[in-house]
Amino acid sequence: MTTSPSGPRGWSRRSFLSGALAAGGLGAAGALSGCGSPLAAGIAGTPLNPGTVTFWNLFGGGDGARLQTMLDQYMAEHGGSSSLQAATFAWGNPYYTKVSLATLGDKPPDVAVAHLTRSQNLATAGLLQPITDDMLSLVGLSSTDFTPSVWENQQVDGTSYAIPLDTHPLVLFYNKQVCEQAGLLDGDGKLTPIAGIEQWEAALTAAKEVTGEYAVSYSNVADFATPWRVFQTFYQQHAGATPFLGDGGTELTVDEDAAMDTLAYIRRMSDQGWLPSAADYAGAQTLMFTGQSAFYLEGEWEITTAQAIEDLDFGMVTVPQLFDKPAVQADSHTFVLPAMERTPEQMELAMGFIKSMLDQSLTWAEGGHIPSYLPTLDSPEYAALTPQSDYASSADIAVYDAQAWYSGSGSTFENTVGAQIGLVQQQLATPEQAMAQIRSQLSVYLDTPSPL
Amino acid sequence: MTAQTLTPPAEATTQTRDRTVKLPDGKAAWLFLAPFGIFYVLFLIGPTLYMFVVSFFNTSIVQPGLGGFAGIANYAEMLTRADFWSAMWHTLQFTLYTVPPLVILAFVFAVLANRVQRGQWFFRLAFFVPFVLPSACISLIWVFLFTPATGLWPQFQSLLGFTQTAVLADPTWAMVGIAVATIWWTIGFNFVLYLAGLQDIPRELYEAAAVDGASPWHQIRYLTIPLLRRTTTLVILLQIIASLKIFDQVYLMTNGGPGISTQVALGLITGTAFTDYRVGAASAASVLLFIVIVVIAVIRQLFDRAEERKA
Repeated sequence: MTTSPSGPRGWSRRSFLSGALAAGGLGAAGALSGCGSPLAAGIAGTPLNPGTVTFWNLFGGGDGARLQTMLDQYMAEHGGSSSLQAATFAWGNPYYTKVSLATLGDKPPDVAVAHLTRSQNLATAGLLQPITDDMLSLVGLSSTDFTPSVWENQQVDGTSYAIPLDTHPLVLFYNKQVCEQAGLLDGDGKLTPIAGIEQWEAALTAAKEVTGEYAVSYSNVADFATPWRVFQTFYQQHAGATPFLGDGGTELTVDEDAAMDTLAYIRRMSDQGWLPSAADYAGAQTLMFTGQSAFYLEGEWEITTAQAIEDLDFGMVTVPQLFDKPAVQADSHTFVLPAMERTPEQMELAMGFIKSMLDQSLTWAEGGHIPSYLPTLDSPEYAALTPQSDYASSADIAVYDAQAWYSGSGSTFENTVGAQIGLVQQQLATPEQAMAQIRSQLSVYLDTPSPL
Repeated sequence: MTAQTLTPPAEATTQTRDRTVKLPDGKAAWLFLAPFGIFYVLFLIGPTLYMFVVSFFNTSIVQPGLGGFAGIANYAEMLTRADFWSAMWHTLQFTLYTVPPLVILAFVFAVLANRVQRGQWFFRLAFFVPFVLPSACISLIWVFLFTPATGLWPQFQSLLGFTQTAVLADPTWAMVGIAVATIWWTIGFNFVLYLAGLQDIPRELYEAAAVDGASPWHQIRYLTIPLLRRTTTLVILLQIIASLKIFDQVYLMTNGGPGISTQVALGLITGTAFTDYRVGAASAASVLLFIVIVVIAVIRQLFDRAEERKA
């Protein structure tokens, strides 16, 4: 039981540790002396670097790469890397939690990205700065520069809080090779328009014969947003469809008949073997990419992934109208200004950054998103983009998620409802059971007074 | 323990006592306590009281003031929420997975390390180094090891001819994965406590036992384990409390997923407070967790006292 101390030869434990401590101490001292100005700025509450725009976003994958191109462009035009400090955070609830807490702690970024459906909650919570006409005119913008429906949707009680960048609807991807063999393409090699359940089911039957597997796929495992997007699209195509939630999220105002009909139809596609009963996000894509399914339903941003697949010939169209009226689930990415004291210079800087991003809407559109900045949307360059222009009309029939403090993209509402819809597709729940579960799981939120 | 004081004459005792109650000394003590005391009150006692108060209100972080009085509605909501109970169970599950290995393995490694004659510093350092790392580092390391298909663990599995498990993506294994990472990370602390305890045991006892012909196993069984009783009590209590406070690793490795299959109590509380903005409801859940931890600590204490009386 001796604690044999290491001898004086070589590195003893103590000399090693004290050496490490000394090195650490030196490092800390160096860091401290280097941090003189940030420390002072933090204590005084002054901006760290007056000429720098801080920008937070939640774009990963293909969106992230395209955003970086746009940010590089901004930096090139505005004095190099010191002009911008951009940070990307984990998508969904974690991102919005960070934005909220940073704003409450009075250390928000100058500009942040928010989904339109989430910006309304941030605005109601008093975390956003209203956007006035004067602010827009600082950089030569006006409210008429944006798609009118999107502009109206971002307003809360008539006040604007968000500057929309795009609309991102659910779209129908199709594998051209499969569709050609199934006789679903027209003379130009594009999908023959499909309207109504009869044509849709005829197309699915023909496609299934070609693939031998499935006709249409979308993800429903470990992903609750996609089942919700598909459900909301077909639900809103019903004549009697009402918003799922009403009165700011205190009432369940969903039209029972239309919802049951939609769920029953999802179940039918799964029962018929047109739709795989279970597929995760990557799996659902792979089915279409590899010709095991003809169609794939997802947001248009997956264009980047599809383009990266070698030898894949694909197209994208607006989701067909199967029921009484056209509709697609959608959301928009917007720029918001978190609430804080701003000098006129800071305001101009922030607005200038947003303007620069809007000016690069075409780069953004290459990633699939439909620009909401009209000068780009109406430009011949955008009209020439394919397959983007084939589904641009989706923006006109876009339906946003119902407004509630727990709703919006990646929210508790989508997670709760989407999980049940996914179970119907998996044939693990009947439409009745799913609806009952949705009702009971949402009841906690329905009965809770809004914390906003 | 070693510096045992001899009983002084009665007169001297009273004198010392008199001196300790004199004010100047008391003041000085408070002065020394102040730096810690101020922070303790400001950042622990204060917020705890605030937690009890707001648990009865519909408090929101984005609204000024306490909000409307809710009575026991927040408690009623939490007690009837399925995800609250599932989070409580996952917390308990994590505790059950981590406490026994962290106590037993720490003891075994400490005994082994203590027998090493040369280069013992290396083993002490090796076991303690992971504990120095921040939770973010160990989470990244283990997420990397568990990466489906390409990670070290799935590679190792296929090398042995087993089917690969996507540990963190599988509801049945995700919590095990987090527990393994945690054991690797925190075992150093218990290890050090045990090692200190071991070095307090007088060597004569072992020598005497050896002379009497006790095998090494008997020495451990009848000397080491009983003499480390107090250390074990401390280690178990600290470990249970630490495990019930599980948050970082879950948040960083799975964020409560897949689904809510690894969501733990503190994860639910954080989500309710900062994502849903509902500090009132989150406080009610915190109070409930607080009660559970106190009850477990008290049961543990009573159990120990009963054991000691028996011994």
